[in-house]
Amino acid sequence: MNRALLILTPSLLLASLSACNPGANRKPQESQLVLTGSSTCAPLVNEIGKRFEKQNPGVRIDVQTGGTSRGISDARSGLADIGMASRNLYDSESALHAFPFARDGICIIVHKTNPIAELSDEDVIAIYTGKKTNWNEVGGGRDAPITVVHKSEGRSTLELFLKYFKLDNTNVKPSVVIGDNQQGIKTVAGNPDAIGYVSIGSASYEAEHGVAIKLLPMKGIVPGLGTVRDGSFPLSRTLNLVTREEPSGLALTFIEFARSAGVHDIIKEQYFVPLAP
Amino acid sequence: MREKTHSISDVALAVAACGAALSVMAAFAWIVGDVALHGWARISPAFLTTPPSDAGRAGGIAPVLMSTAWILAVCMGVSLPIALGAAVLLSEQSAETRRFAGFVRRSLDVLAGMPSIVFGLFGNAFFCVFLGMGFSILSGGLTLACMVLPILIRTAEEGLRGVPRDYRLSSAALGMTRYTTLVRILLPAAAPGLIVGLMLGIGRALAETAALIFTSGYVDRMPRSLLDSGRALSIHIYDLAMNVAGGEPNAYATALVLVALLLVINGAASWITDHTLRAGARAT
Amino acid sequence: MSRSRRDSVLNWTLLCSGSLAGLIVLLIVAFLLIESAPALWRVGAARFFTDASWHPNPVSSRGTFNMLPMIWGTLLAAAGGFILAAPLGILCGVFCRFYASRTLAHVFRRLIELLAGIPSVVYGLWGLVVLVPLIRRLAPPGPSLLAGALILAIMILPTVALTAEAALTAVSHEHLRAAAALGLSRAATVRSVALPAAWPGILTGLLLAIGRAVGETMAILMVCGNVVQTPDSLFAPVRTLTANIALEMAYAMDDHRSALFVSGLMLTAIIVALVALAARFSPERADA
Repeated sequence: MNRALLILTPSLLLASLSACNPGANRKPQESQLVLTGSSTCAPLVNEIGKRFEKQNPGVRIDVQTGGTSRGISDARSGLADIGMASRNLYDSESALHAFPFARDGICIIVHKTNPIAELSDEDVIAIYTGKKTNWNEVGGGRDAPITVVHKSEGRSTLELFLKYFKLDNTNVKPSVVIGDNQQGIKTVAGNPDAIGYVSIGSASYEAEHGVAIKLLPMKGIVPGLGTVRDGSFPLSRTLNLVTREEPSGLALTFIEFARSAGVHDIIKEQYFVPLAP
Repeated sequence: MREKTHSISDVALAVAACGAALSVMAAFAWIVGDVALHGWARISPAFLTTPPSDAGRAGGIAPVLMSTAWILAVCMGVSLPIALGAAVLLSEQSAETRRFAGFVRRSLDVLAGMPSIVFGLFGNAFFCVFLGMGFSILSGGLTLACMVLPILIRTAEEGLRGVPRDYRLSSAALGMTRYTTLVRILLPAAAPGLIVGLMLGIGRALAETAALIFTSGYVDRMPRSLLDSGRALSIHIYDLAMNVAGGEPNAYATALVLVALLLVINGAASWITDHTLRAGARAT
Repeated sequence: MSRSRRDSVLNWTLLCSGSLAGLIVLLIVAFLLIESAPALWRVGAARFFTDASWHPNPVSSRGTFNMLPMIWGTLLAAAGGFILAAPLGILCGVFCRFYASRTLAHVFRRLIELLAGIPSVVYGLWGLVVLVPLIRRLAPPGPSLLAGALILAIMILPTVALTAEAALTAVSHEHLRAAAALGLSRAATVRSVALPAAWPGILTGLLLAIGRAVGETMAILMVCGNVVQTPDSLFAPVRTLTANIALEMAYAMDDHRSALFVSGLMLTAIIVALVALAARFSPERADA
């Protein structure tokens, strides 16, 4: 009798715990939103969230990074109210709802002291597949091995980069694999021989704030707000907020706020391009 | 041991041993000195009481300290009662509970061996998703509770075993119930050992990062409830070091705060152990 | 409440706590097994070693799940750390017990104990800011197997040193006095009497240290470069199984997620085996 009781009781405890919150449905709170996902979107959404909080006291917008795939996965599983994605949804994700709110591009970055002024697409492909391994092979002047900084899987920046350069991830030979945009920027800024690719918005913001990187033009087009806006920059993408179902309540209010003209100044401040209303 | 003649092998071993100790001390002095030197510049009362700004490059760590405290509170609040109960059970071996105690002990050994990232996996799958708590201080605290349970139980059990057997025999002779013996005699006598266990558990929980990344999340704001996500000190250091260009000064400062906290806690635990051991030795 | 009733409630509470403590392990292991099952069933254990590469989540094609480079990463980093830390740690134990004065030994041991408590993320921070740039000057890119091995060595050294010192202290005084009576020098005593006698305890510490090195995540994540490849030199970046779980867990779905749980299960099995071995050699001393 004793033995049965002592196995039964903790099991009952655990079972009752799971009965409180069935399955994976996090109870949505009316005064808090959790957003996870793209490290490109995160700083921007954070700033938008802060203004939203000021205009709606008592509300809290929590933003975390983790990559586009995480944002989509969390939105699906309910761990996050809204997912942040720095690309458009794939066919396999068509059951979700995407709300674009800004545009951005992806550019190559090198250390500020690197004398190179531009890299052709072929050179970038050669560097990333390990066929050219020294800066003097691509016109960089110095004799120094290239440190190739590459994104880990699950990041839309990676996926778009591979698609544009028609690379297969199995052919890429990186020296270092990083996660968030910010980590990539920091790695390149800390290594004079490094090359990487990150969001134009993140890179421009950090470069303007004194971080030791510089953005390289692609196909002769200089990366910046103007060239992303008019579509001339070759590698551009849309930033999206993603939900599992039709948004309602606080989520809907926030999404509408993020797409409204009221935050265009924030978007421009972070070096992204607001969408035309 | 004094010897008059010194052969080559004697000198060699002496040099090797002293050399090893010296180089180890030098390496540690380098690391701790580096942290202290770089971290000291940013330490101030303001640092401890203001929230981080500019992605953590500037500002302080007040919300991080609060989140850490709450996570610890959840962790200890949940694991202490369980640990105490299990420790009492294990230290009072009777014939009927012997096999059960053996099972519990073996389970705890396995638990103690699991790598922290596996706890992160489990915590995420069980607390965050299955039980629906999401990224929260509660999930993080519960995951840590699972991690520190073996340490707490082990030290609590040692503390209880250290209580002289006479106490138990005398209370039995006086006809006291088990409950009274436990609450009035054994627990107070074992208190120092229990406190040491508590401190070691806190120290272990404070140092934990991998288990928290996927359970309590990254948010660096002041938490408003246990269901809010919160960032612990160790995660703040990790984020500043890896993701924030120019985040090193604050990372060092946070590391200094963390190391100082741990030094105080572990130092206190050692002091208590020394003094109670000595007292125990004198008594017997 | 009557006295015997109070006791029954107490007994029942104690048994509950005990079973909860025991059930947690079962729960964790059950979760690991349940979540690993899909990968083991659909992908098959052999593919974890024979697939072309580790690309579990490509957009268009089927995923590949070769874990071998990461297994090498884990083993080599742990082995590197162990090779550095084991002799140094044992020598430190010898120093503390046989060559240091009472006060010096006490201070030394306290210092090592304090250092054992420093979090891995602090070591990772130092590694990232100081060690990796140093290595980069020797051989780019910097984040590498060497950095990982060095950091692991620093982290596991206190474990080895403390258990070695405790084991050496536990060597019976009679043995040492007999050695002195036979005219053995200090070095000879250490070599032929103390070390062999203390060996089981020292072995415990070594096994626990390897277990710790295999299970380490944060510091490795910060200094190893995280490139999935079998390292061809000390300066090549690597990714360990633990770092892989940390990097990919957040967004892994279906088979990919299940494969991560498989790697977690593998790690747990290795470390638990090490800890069990260690306990066998030191039945009365279960902590390090």
